[in-house]
Amino acid sequence: MTTKKLISQAYLWLILLVLYAPIIFIAIFSFTNAKSLGNWTGFTLDIYKSFFTVSNSAAESLMDALKSTLIIAVIASAASTLLGTLAAIGIFNLRGRKKKTIQFLNNIPMLNPDIITGVSLFLLFVFTHVTKGYVTVILSHITFCTPYVVLNVLPKLAQMNPNIYEAALDLGATPFVALRKVLVPQLRPGMISGFILAFTMSLDDFAVTYFTAGNSGLTTLSTYIYADVRKGGMTPELKPLMTIIFLFVLVVLLILNVRAFKKNKQTETE
Amino acid sequence: MNKRSSWALPYLIFMILFVVLPLLLIAVYAFSDGNGHFTFSNLLAFFTEPKIMNSFLVSLEVALENTLICLLIGYPVAYILADKNLNKSAVTVVLFILPMWINALMRTMATAEIFHALGIQLGKGTLLFGIAYDYLPFMIYPIYNVLNKMDKSYIEAAQDLGAKPSTVFLKVTLPLSMPGIVSGAMMVFMPTVSTFAISEILTNNTIQLFGSIIQEQFYNMMWNQGAALSLVMLIIIGLTMFFSNNEESANEGGLL
Repeated sequence: MTTKKLISQAYLWLILLVLYAPIIFIAIFSFTNAKSLGNWTGFTLDIYKSFFTVSNSAAESLMDALKSTLIIAVIASAASTLLGTLAAIGIFNLRGRKKKTIQFLNNIPMLNPDIITGVSLFLLFVFTHVTKGYVTVILSHITFCTPYVVLNVLPKLAQMNPNIYEAALDLGATPFVALRKVLVPQLRPGMISGFILAFTMSLDDFAVTYFTAGNSGLTTLSTYIYADVRKGGMTPELKPLMTIIFLFVLVVLLILNVRAFKKNKQTETE
Repeated sequence: MNKRSSWALPYLIFMILFVVLPLLLIAVYAFSDGNGHFTFSNLLAFFTEPKIMNSFLVSLEVALENTLICLLIGYPVAYILADKNLNKSAVTVVLFILPMWINALMRTMATAEIFHALGIQLGKGTLLFGIAYDYLPFMIYPIYNVLNKMDKSYIEAAQDLGAKPSTVFLKVTLPLSMPGIVSGAMMVFMPTVSTFAISEILTNNTIQLFGSIIQEQFYNMMWNQGAALSLVMLIIIGLTMFFSNNEESANEGGLL
């Protein structure tokens, strides 16, 4: 039994090592100046400095791309959360074919590969003569993010006592007040996980942004990297950025999961 | 029926505008020529142009290989992670999901850089390695989910009835984890066929997957031809959906 466990653990850590090797590799060589990776020319924080102080044009466009990425992700995920939560409440109160139809439509963006979503929205904006830029990218991101919010909020509605909302209305609350004071607090966990999911999907997206950003010069992190590779080289400032993002995600996920783990243990013992 | 059902109306209108209409436009563009006249020639190109057909077949092959690689490497990982006797740490689970939260192009670029530094020529091998890298978590997660929720008493019952460990696995664990395998395969296969930037980075654009062909046609302003190929892909997806008809397992892709 112990050898089985030993082999299992060795296998897990071997796969993890291979999985993380590139990121660790980039992280290590973000602390040296050499242009080509694998070539160590002594420890220095130069690239970090030039990334943070935005000291050259490449760093500048990288910083712009980072800002656009974040702006798009914040607006798109906030809008998706709003739209998706209202939709989930509506869907929950629908019955029969109407409900099935909306749920079917809601599944389409999740099942479509990114490139199909991207191409179809590209054709929409071409067809309607809408100038591509921030607005089209954000609308497109809302399109593929909202289904995930709906799916995260629906289970919370099922857990809720439906009479609380009616009670609020009977006691004289307007539907808006009842939504804000009664429904939202109950649905909050689902809304938050939907928002986080939407946010990361938006950050991660490449294909949809590529097809809907147009030639306005709008770049996000993904399209920046794509252009970078096409130019045949990696902007040095990407190395510190990758390292920082990796550490940030690592810390956030560990904290979230350790907390959830402890909570589970508490409820188990109670 | 109460009034709250109407709260879905804004989203319904939104989806008609940004989901249904765009998909219809793919069909409209696919069946029309540059002047807006009806034609089959865009769709016929899929069968008659060797470059397109070849890339399609290569994509299917690469996607199949990638799915198998991810399954072979990922299944044992999911199995070990879900077995409390073999792995108690929640941290390892997080470490396997974490790459999904880092920009895919960023990870791919890092992989290409490591090949570059090691002096490995970019080609089919690096493509398979790199995409297996990108999609492995998407295979592990659904299988882990299913194994984790599985009723362990089935396994105990099989053992009590005298089944060998290999029989228990083949007759009990594996069949019960099929929904996870199906949804994992779906999350790996179609995205691999349609990938474009990732395959370009990993092969220096020497191998073009179907996604790259579609992208290239749109890049060259051949919208109608590009739309026709997108339509082919939509039809394939529709057929897979129809045959697997498994909304539940598809939804387990929820990653939080």
